[in-house]
Amino acid sequence: MIRPSESERHIGEDTQAWRLRLYVAGQTPKSLTAIANLRRICEKNLHGRYIIEIVDLVERPQLAAGDQIVALPTLVRKLPPPLKKIIGDLSNQEKVLVGLDLL
Amino acid sequence: MTANFLAKAPTGISGLDEMTMGGLPKGRPTLLCGGPGSGKTLLSMSFIVNGALRYGEPGVFMSFEERPEDLRANFTSLGFDVDDLTKRELLVVDHVRLERSEIEESGEYDLEGIFVRLGYAVDTIGAKRVAIDTIEALFAGLSNEAALRSELRRLFGWLKERGLTAIITGERGASHLTRYGLEEYVSDCVIVLDNRIVDQLSTRRLRILKYRGSAHGADEYPFLIDERGASVLPISSAGLDHSACPERMSTGVASLDSMLGGEGYFVGSSILVSGAAGTGKSSLAAHFAEAGCGRGEKVVYVALEESAPQIIRNMASIGVDLGRWATSGLLRFNAARPSYYGLETHLAKILREVQCFQPKLAVIDPISSFLSIGSGREVHAMLLRLADILKAHNVTTVFTELVATNLRRDEAEASVSSLMDTWISLRRLEIAGDARRALCIVKSRGMAHSRRVREFVLEDAGFTVVDEPLDPSITTLRQEPGA
Repeated sequence: MIRPSESERHIGEDTQAWRLRLYVAGQTPKSLTAIANLRRICEKNLHGRYIIEIVDLVERPQLAAGDQIVALPTLVRKLPPPLKKIIGDLSNQEKVLVGLDLL
Repeated sequence: MTANFLAKAPTGISGLDEMTMGGLPKGRPTLLCGGPGSGKTLLSMSFIVNGALRYGEPGVFMSFEERPEDLRANFTSLGFDVDDLTKRELLVVDHVRLERSEIEESGEYDLEGIFVRLGYAVDTIGAKRVAIDTIEALFAGLSNEAALRSELRRLFGWLKERGLTAIITGERGASHLTRYGLEEYVSDCVIVLDNRIVDQLSTRRLRILKYRGSAHGADEYPFLIDERGASVLPISSAGLDHSACPERMSTGVASLDSMLGGEGYFVGSSILVSGAAGTGKSSLAAHFAEAGCGRGEKVVYVALEESAPQIIRNMASIGVDLGRWATSGLLRFNAARPSYYGLETHLAKILREVQCFQPKLAVIDPISSFLSIGSGREVHAMLLRLADILKAHNVTTVFTELVATNLRRDEAEASVSSLMDTWISLRRLEIAGDARRALCIVKSRGMAHSRRVREFVLEDAGFTVVDEPLDPSITTLRQEPGA
């Protein structure tokens, strides 16, 4: 299910992209829930305008410090600025939308 | 299990390893708690860097509070170069920043990110030691306290599982040892730091609250941090078991040596030189110091009222050239006003100097000035420990004491004289309108000594005891009126 760091492009060529990175650690239930929730929320709210990158820190632990990852899962909005972070399995959709400034 | 339980990891912090009989529990976490400014960060840094440099145990320092540049400055203040240590793969510093305002919480999470970072840092350099300072900061950044608590429990278990010797710092709480009750999770060893301010002077103290499976000192000990790192002063390390040395050492004044059985003081003994202002106490001490340097021995001069240049200049006027020895490095001045720090800190600093410089002779000039920063009882207790420490290091020490002439002699001096092996009392007298000086060896344990009151002179050529006895008719010495 998780293909580490592989970008999932859901975007047209000339559109302003939303670049989202989700940090997880292994295929835990929390990780899988977070990934599913993220895909659902993006499809519904950012259709055709987003790129999701999933980083599995079990595979690439050296990436944790760079984005100041403490809790997992952590969703980082890389673009558009400013950088935003949402922690948790993203099961509270409203909080995710608030965190991403989509509400 | 039992053998492993008692294995210890030395901190390299002088005093602390003696108190703990070898260091912190190896492969287990230790809780270090204290208020702001009590020295938690610097002590844990010393533990990590000493481990890396002295004991072949690389370390990870994970900071939750200070900014990277502050951390760097802290390391530098202890004389450590973070970049160099990092390059040599002896140290990883990871700064964890968590800003509540930047984070939204949605659903369940854990602290696996911390585990990943710590694990990665540990694996990168093969770390054996970890310091986590101060993980409680997470409580301010994350709202799910229940999740945090279960993750902290897991973290401490993880540290143990990986056999890491760890220091976890915690902020002192009102009702608990730490604000968030970390002591519930770390149960092997708990050390409490305290920064107490009495009469506007601050003294840091350290106490081992708990050390499972090991004997340890239970008292509070003064704790010092300066440019040479951290050190703890265990009072009990200064005992009464110092050996009595039969060797002798010149007083620096030949005519005084002859009053002391012809050979001077005992090596490693404590000598009190007391007298009113201007009686020549410092001069006698300077002769002692100069003679030591002349023999090629190292001397520490703790100057509490005058600066080193002042002392050098004054002593040059009686033909004692201390400047030459200060330049050569055999004589080291430690000049500090008493009010610069508390008694404990003075004591710790002198001990530090004795340990680092390893002098054979010391001068403490004058001990009476300590009374400006402590009660008579406190000063007495401090001097007792100071004398014991110097003896334990076999340092022959002259303590000068200023005595106010309007006090009865026994009142002023009795407090410390009982700690001393030799006591020389200096006085001014007036003979036929002439101001003159006399000295008397009040006591000198373990040796035959003159009991006469003898006149002495302080001239260009220095301190000399006059050969002719004083006229018996004037030996009831009239002291000059109050200074």
